[in-house]
Amino acid sequence: MADVTPKSVLTTPIFQNNPIALQILGICSALAVTTSLGVSMVMAFAVIFVTSLSNFFVSLIRNHIPSSIRIIVQMTIIASLVIVVDQILKAYAYEMSKQLSVFVGLIITNCIVMGRAEGFAMSNSPGLSFLDGVGNGLGYGFVLMVVGFVRELLGSGSVFGFTVLQTVQDGGWYVGNGLLLLPPSAFFVIGLLIWVMRSLNPEQVEENEFQMKENTQPKEAV
Amino acid sequence: MEHYLSLLAKSIFVENMALAFFLGMCTFLAVSKKVSSALGLGVAVIVVLSITVPVNNLVYTYLLQEGALTWTGISGAENIDLSFLGLLSYIGVIAALVQIMEMFLDKYVPALYNALGVFLPLITVNCAILGGVLFMVERQYNFGESVVYGFGAGVGWALAIAALAGIREKLKYSDVPAGLQGLGITFLTVGLMSLGFMSFSGIQL
Repeated sequence: MADVTPKSVLTTPIFQNNPIALQILGICSALAVTTSLGVSMVMAFAVIFVTSLSNFFVSLIRNHIPSSIRIIVQMTIIASLVIVVDQILKAYAYEMSKQLSVFVGLIITNCIVMGRAEGFAMSNSPGLSFLDGVGNGLGYGFVLMVVGFVRELLGSGSVFGFTVLQTVQDGGWYVGNGLLLLPPSAFFVIGLLIWVMRSLNPEQVEENEFQMKENTQPKEAV
Repeated sequence: MEHYLSLLAKSIFVENMALAFFLGMCTFLAVSKKVSSALGLGVAVIVVLSITVPVNNLVYTYLLQEGALTWTGISGAENIDLSFLGLLSYIGVIAALVQIMEMFLDKYVPALYNALGVFLPLITVNCAILGGVLFMVERQYNFGESVVYGFGAGVGWALAIAALAGIREKLKYSDVPAGLQGLGITFLTVGLMSLGFMSFSGIQL
């Protein structure tokens, strides 16, 4: 990152350097919890909370951690924060925590948290690291919400549980697309989302390892 | 015996870690460009999973579960419930075991150590490992079952990453639209693979 201003740190991860679409971080949970918008939103908030605070604390003690044991130290900080989230969800939103099942626990191994702690917080001041955590959490949340929105709207015809497209089962006109409720559809939605984002930002397109040779004769293309 | 065989088949195919639960996706997508490195990582995951799941099973049964500390004989110990410390101790055990294994391999099996290279430390943050442990706790497997489950889950993951790497090696010669190049097309491929693996669901052996 060339210029490290608070604003750029907060906003670049959302579109230009999105953790899911560009850095391939934290995909596991993005796929499993996006069947409905409500669950995606809780998950997004949980990740924003953990990323920002873990970045903050790691950055606070970054000059005191011997580099040989830094992974364990970071893990401990992250795991403690995740336990807090897990306990809060169990206490105040038990239904939600049942739906998220093991995926709250898996925030620990969510590469976004670890990656930002290692890649940004270890070399920047606490305030900036906190903002970086919020930014990356937002970027993650953005993808999660889009995928959750598409899957819930087209899969079961509702948004946040409120019916938008009346389904045939309830006497409406919309035939729900069952495929979007199945887990593999998350791959398709994210894959297509990446396509859209990269079409808008052509500099994000990955270089092909093998360049296709141009057709020498027009009739070959047919 | 049949029970264990059925659990093994179930953990490899029906409940495939990568394609049914999407665990370990980050490494799954990042390290599947070549079959050789995918196989190396697959072997490492099998080894780590088949050690950590049983060990964490012991940790859970004898330290964390409600009433698990009864064996210490301290009065009042049977009321202690430490299960809220679960996440912290599992990840600690995983990190420590990976570290120990790295040192052990470095000293006694340098060939394998060099082959696995950077993948070993990466495994600590592979969600497949922690996911396996959490599923083991959630489904309350006993020690024998957890050994089988850990091994099976590892084999399933290795199988999936090897398959994806095979497809990607062919895929790089095809003409893909610019925006889908690389990550995008990989996502679509994995989606199709996972649809295929869904045909295993519901199979009872």
